[in-house]
Amino acid sequence: MELCSFLTLDSFITDPLTYDFMRKALLMSSLVAAVCGFLSSYLTLKGWALMGDAVSHSVMPGVVVAYALGLPFSLGAFIFGVGSVALIGFIKQKSRVKEDTVIGLVFTGFFALGIVLVSKIKSNIDLHSILFGSPLGISLSDVKQTIFISLLVVILLSIFRKDLMLYCFDPRHAKTVGINVVFLHYLLLTCLSLAAVVGLQSVGIILVVAMLITPGATAYLLTDKFDNMTVISVLSAIISSLIGIYVSFWFDLETGGSIVLAQTFIFLFAFLFAPRYGIFKLKKLFAGYK
Amino acid sequence: METVNYQNFRIDAENICVDYNGKVALYDANLRLKPGQICGLVGMNGAGKTTFFNALTGFVNISKGKIRINGESVRSAQKDQTIAYVPQNEGIDSQFPISVWDVVMMGRYGSMNIFRCPRESDVQAVKDAIERVDLTDQLSTPIGNLSGGQRKRTFLARAIAQRATILLLDEPFSGVDIRTEKLISELFIQFKNEGKTILLSTHDMIHVREFCDLVLLINKTVVAYGETSEVFTPENITTTFGGISPDFLFGPES
Repeated sequence: MELCSFLTLDSFITDPLTYDFMRKALLMSSLVAAVCGFLSSYLTLKGWALMGDAVSHSVMPGVVVAYALGLPFSLGAFIFGVGSVALIGFIKQKSRVKEDTVIGLVFTGFFALGIVLVSKIKSNIDLHSILFGSPLGISLSDVKQTIFISLLVVILLSIFRKDLMLYCFDPRHAKTVGINVVFLHYLLLTCLSLAAVVGLQSVGIILVVAMLITPGATAYLLTDKFDNMTVISVLSAIISSLIGIYVSFWFDLETGGSIVLAQTFIFLFAFLFAPRYGIFKLKKLFAGYK
Repeated sequence: METVNYQNFRIDAENICVDYNGKVALYDANLRLKPGQICGLVGMNGAGKTTFFNALTGFVNISKGKIRINGESVRSAQKDQTIAYVPQNEGIDSQFPISVWDVVMMGRYGSMNIFRCPRESDVQAVKDAIERVDLTDQLSTPIGNLSGGQRKRTFLARAIAQRATILLLDEPFSGVDIRTEKLISELFIQFKNEGKTILLSTHDMIHVREFCDLVLLINKTVVAYGETSEVFTPENITTTFGGISPDFLFGPES
């Protein structure tokens, strides 16, 4: 039956849409991808990939505690996400240990705490869905929360779009002309924590960092304009999510992994064939035929 | 001695100290500059030149001393767009996906609304600034595709667009072509005539003699400060560079 469906592209796309959970998964994952993709341009330009990794792992105990206490999991995640960054800053300042080491040890510590908490708090927390994501099994309250957080992040990033760009590019100039860089720093951090929270539903805590850096890295190879970079980043993130979910549906694969793999393939494609910055510069290849 | 009127000074730094987590980068440094003065900031790497700039722009906090800009605090100078900082070419990410126009427009951000929507006047200021540095044909060029000299001019244009009255320039002549060097020299004379105050750091002793009315020699603190003709002596330079003879640094004087 599966083989027959492959005969037409039409049914490849429309068949899954007959299932309610698939429609929901496709919509929510696209939304989450768009939010993470938007943020991704800033993180890759700021050089915060490792920070993204740290924050996204550190939210784990927050999610577990919030679930156990019946609070919105975004709240717990947010507190632990920002808390981890504060702790990283504190240890870095008060010790001679190098920053990347501090980041590594803090986020693994938080992550381990999360795993231990899950095993101790015997509730209905599904460790598997936190670690690997469960876009197909997303609940109604999760949907509401995801939409709310996504909108919040998109609004914040839209309002401070240019300030954040300046902050990533030249914080010293921003400070010199009276722009509040401390605020922008924490704004970006807040958005990062929130995006990690919504992203983990799609692809899980372990892989959410991919949602936060791969689309931005792909877009960075394809354009020299910041606005275009944001658009390309968002689009590539959404397309990857759709591809990942369809492929996981038809071939019965882990959904989160499929989404991230799709992102990785799009990045590799850009890496090889980007017009200006690819290994084989497409522009040059075509120019040969003119 | 007559009483000092702080309003007369564009920059008035009094006994400033800066330390990073207990490590002293600069101590007991003084500097007073009036409108129309160009001052060279000379010192070794790590002597505190960048720290001095950072203190004046408010990018780092001073642990002791006082800085007045036009008689006011650094904070109100920031609000008034008084100070522009032109970074070293190495100090910026040249691969950032941003065009000449966008960079120069950033000079206007401080006086725009929260969404940073350019008004007619902002667009005009950016156009004029880009014209003054002779980059009108590169408006939409990404900064990654510019030469070192063109990139330097882009950041100068940003300072011009900002309409700052104090310009801090970190190594303005390093890594630039002859054309840019000539253009920057001409701009310096124009800035001076407009009454702007310029503080520039440089490794090139010839530039100090050529442009700077005043020179500030530093090595964690002020070694010497005053009129270039009086202060810029081989002895002072030797002290600044930790005992190395100036002949060794920039050849015997011809």
